[in-house]
Amino acid sequence: MGKKLQAAVPAEKKIGNLIAVVLIAALYVLLYLLDNVLPVNSTTTMLIPVLQKGAIYALVCVSMNLLNGFTGLFSLGQAGFMLIGAYSYAIFAIPAEQHEAVYQYFEGGAIQFSIPQVLGNVLGESGGAFLGAIICLMIGGVVAAVFAALIGIPVLRLKSDYLAIATLGFAEIIRALFMWNGLGRITNGSNLLRKYTSFANMRFQVGGTVIKLDTIFPFLIAMLGILTIVLLVNSSYGRAFKSIRDDEIAAEAMGINLFKHKMLSFVISSFFAGVGGALLAMFQTTVQANFFRSTMTYEILLIVVIGGIGSISGSCIGAFLYIACSEWWLRFLDSGALPIPFVGGEIPVPFFRDGFRKVVLSVVIMVIVLFFSRGIMGDKELSFSGLIRKIRGKKEAKAAAQAAAGEEDAQ
Amino acid sequence: MSEFISNNLPYLLAGISVGGQYALIAIGYTMVYGILRLINFAHGDVFMVAGLIMVYATASLPIYVSIVLVVVATVLLGVLIEKVAYKPLRSAPRMSVMISAIGVSYLLQNCALYFTGGLPQIYPEIPALTKQVVIGSGSTKMVTLVTPILTIVLVVALVLLIRYTKVGMAMRAVSKDFETSELMGIKINNVISLTFVIGCFLAAIGSLLYFSNYASVIPTSGAMPGLKAFVAAVFGGIGSVPGAVIGAFIIGICENIIKGMGWTAFSDAFTFVLLIVILLVKPTGIFGEKATDKV
Amino acid sequence: MKKILALLLAGCMALALCACGDTGTDADADADATASGDTIVIGVYEPMSGDNGAGGKQEVLGMQYANSIEPTVEIDGKTYNVKLEVVDNESSNDKAVSAANTLIAKKPSIILGSYGSGVSIAASDTFANAGVPAVGVSCTNPQVTQGNDHYFRICFIEPFQGPVLANFAKDELNAKKVYCLGQLGNDYDQGLINYFKDEAETNLGIECIVDAFPEGNSDFNSYLTNAKNQGADVIFAPCSISYAQLIIEQAAAQNITQPILAGDTWDSNTVVAMAQGKNIQVYVSTFYAEGGDAEFEAGFKEWINSDTANKNNNGGNDMIAAVSVMGYDAYFTALEALKTAGSTDPADVMAALPNVKYTGISGEIVFNEVGDADRHMAYIKVNNSETGVWDLAKVQEANAD
Repeated sequence: MGKKLQAAVPAEKKIGNLIAVVLIAALYVLLYLLDNVLPVNSTTTMLIPVLQKGAIYALVCVSMNLLNGFTGLFSLGQAGFMLIGAYSYAIFAIPAEQHEAVYQYFEGGAIQFSIPQVLGNVLGESGGAFLGAIICLMIGGVVAAVFAALIGIPVLRLKSDYLAIATLGFAEIIRALFMWNGLGRITNGSNLLRKYTSFANMRFQVGGTVIKLDTIFPFLIAMLGILTIVLLVNSSYGRAFKSIRDDEIAAEAMGINLFKHKMLSFVISSFFAGVGGALLAMFQTTVQANFFRSTMTYEILLIVVIGGIGSISGSCIGAFLYIACSEWWLRFLDSGALPIPFVGGEIPVPFFRDGFRKVVLSVVIMVIVLFFSRGIMGDKELSFSGLIRKIRGKKEAKAAAQAAAGEEDAQ
Repeated sequence: MSEFISNNLPYLLAGISVGGQYALIAIGYTMVYGILRLINFAHGDVFMVAGLIMVYATASLPIYVSIVLVVVATVLLGVLIEKVAYKPLRSAPRMSVMISAIGVSYLLQNCALYFTGGLPQIYPEIPALTKQVVIGSGSTKMVTLVTPILTIVLVVALVLLIRYTKVGMAMRAVSKDFETSELMGIKINNVISLTFVIGCFLAAIGSLLYFSNYASVIPTSGAMPGLKAFVAAVFGGIGSVPGAVIGAFIIGICENIIKGMGWTAFSDAFTFVLLIVILLVKPTGIFGEKATDKV
Repeated sequence: MKKILALLLAGCMALALCACGDTGTDADADADATASGDTIVIGVYEPMSGDNGAGGKQEVLGMQYANSIEPTVEIDGKTYNVKLEVVDNESSNDKAVSAANTLIAKKPSIILGSYGSGVSIAASDTFANAGVPAVGVSCTNPQVTQGNDHYFRICFIEPFQGPVLANFAKDELNAKKVYCLGQLGNDYDQGLINYFKDEAETNLGIECIVDAFPEGNSDFNSYLTNAKNQGADVIFAPCSISYAQLIIEQAAAQNITQPILAGDTWDSNTVVAMAQGKNIQVYVSTFYAEGGDAEFEAGFKEWINSDTANKNNNGGNDMIAAVSVMGYDAYFTALEALKTAGSTDPADVMAALPNVKYTGISGEIVFNEVGDADRHMAYIKVNNSETGVWDLAKVQEANAD
């Protein structure tokens, strides 16, 4: 029995990985179809933004999970780092001729060039937009990471809740700084940054047809980011992070440099939060410091916990479910009437008025938190090899049960 | 000199008054944290709900009956939240309990939004508190003067309760060591309920004072005072009642001095800078007990 | 227990999805019906919650009243029923994109809204990509219509309103020094203060002191003390309604005698109700003053009073907010555009909009080359602290410069 299992593991893993690759490829084909081929109707109109925002939130949640779930650092600074990323992205991606209009109160701003445009002169407009956007996303991530490194030196010495409130405080300080008119020539003060390269610019002309990458682009960036975090978590660094989470003192005794590893986790998490913020800026087409409030951090934390602390696939599933619920599926609750599925028509319901959707959403959240306190995935990962093993295991268990009761112990 | 005083007295008065209100909320945070190690994010929203209950109660009841009703209803709400949202999670990971608190906070805010329709509600005038008084050259409401005095009286009473009564001793025991005190025969659930009763009672009083001063209630009214009060609690060393009160007064006064100095854009940011500086010097706040790592 | 609950939750979600999918097919069916001559959808993109929820609701009331008066429109010889689809943008730019998409999914021929410029700018690209024209009702930031062909607007803009208020402060209030207070991080507040200050300092010789308060602030005592200590004779505070109540309350408590001046956001019955019985002067500039059209007002009041939900949305009484009038005019402007276009296709409506002319309750609406209605006057109203209503103080025209 034991021999059989050992032999089976690599094969299952292979099959599992194969399934995963096939599914991801299928996903991208679907996204391509969604962007280019599928007819524009009311379902696809909503599906595209929900998927875009879901992918962005998945990245941000996974980055927060790296910190909270894998390293055990309770940080609430996510919104602040997203803000930095979003602003760094937007500032470098506003076309030169738009500066006058965007920075209308600040004499056209201090920075007078746009990276997508500069690249566009060499690579053509769509190539410039694509590569420029990626470079600006990286800038967003790097600036956020640099801020994180600076903040981390003092605050990472703090423990648990004190660290949480200190990072929350930094996020608020950063927000106030970006809204300050004194930096207006760069940040545009209280006013919106807009007109920069967004998802709608991700279009390539191939032959006579235009290929749109509106939804593929955020998925691509988010997936690369999440993949990097997965690799990190499974590396020796990841094991060090987990040991810090489980027992700081034991980890230190084992020769792990606490500060270095905490800092690494904090900086990497902030980098991806910055990239996520920049993607969010692309999604929203406008940026204003005002909406990166602490409630945004709570929202992200909520998704992480609902998905399962310490589970990357849980964070991703949670992100898509949460975004779909809050922005799409529950909207009918505000409309004053209950649409009847499959038949059509509506029943007027008097208490379905503005705000009811939010009440229902918070009740659903409470139910999940109370009855599934470990989240959707717990700290397990969704893996196809595991799934196969489970199915096989069940079959074998059945067979074994039929054969002899004693053999069940081996399972 | 006298001109300097008369020019700056209003800032100080405002600061003390604001500090007193933060203090009453901060006690709720700090006591719950002391016992459950839980940041009760819903506390600020309980405070807002107390304001709304007052608005709706006075629509049909005389004002002083409403005040009693507000206090009772707020206390019941607090205990209900504890029983429904926190008690089932006693053995769950800490993060889950905190998320439950965030969930309750969402729920309260969204219910408030649903019932008020998002329109700002005008808070009724409580004659004894909203009366105008003239101090020096400035004029202000009675509540500005009442707040700090009432706060100090309540806090002294609370400290005495914690120090010298049997219940207080039980509270201290539970906050020191949960399991041992249970073994010693302390009914943990009663102690926790009592903590919520006291916290919410003070939040209800705080809301009466706060909204008499700032007479408009919106669903997010509790968020900012809640956050500031929480910062005050951490500032003073979370878990310590006198610490929370002193922290609240320091933050209230500093905030208003900053506004008076013309750095208005950074008045909130400054609060956090102050907090971070204190935490770096004393990582567990001014009066916080030094945590020892068990090996 | 847990499994049952999980199943239940999943079931609910699936049902919700079905409901959504189905409203989707409904909308498709509607769209087909539109072609055959049945219903036409006008999208309403307004905040129903958040900071601007109160104002957004009053604006929607105007549209709903207009819809109740004229529920049909004749386009190219066919009569269509007009359906208003209201979507809440939560006064928040990060919800704007998905709210705008929700609206687009309902296949509107034209979109009205929003109260608040930030959300309008944030949704602008979504509307543009879908090829649906939008008519701004009370968003005053010039950037809403600048540099695009699909966004129009029927109200005046900040570069007009700011100088109008500055001139009013100089002419009527004899201002020498003005204390300007806006919310930090709010583009409406800061924009209006900017234009006000420009005009006041360069042309009128008024000194301006600018201050900002952080979001969620409720203690304005220190700000009012600042104003007093610095010797300001007028306080200019163009912020949202939630803060307006607090400022009035605390100014009255401090015995501030300086008049308070504000923009169109303050023109709300919740603000004037707060000032009732207090020794305080509040001036607001707005789009319409009560008493302009008796017939409309009588009808609107009757309609408000006939339904408690409407009355609640209007702040509990039947006072007419200027934004309701703007909503009413916006609805008829939209109908006019549909008639001019002679088609329900958004593209045709967009092409027709620049040529639309409509004389509404708030005055004549003609779009200029940017897409803004040319407005030459603003109504300045002052609170009557005895009766708790707004009185007309002056009809201020822009100084020719």
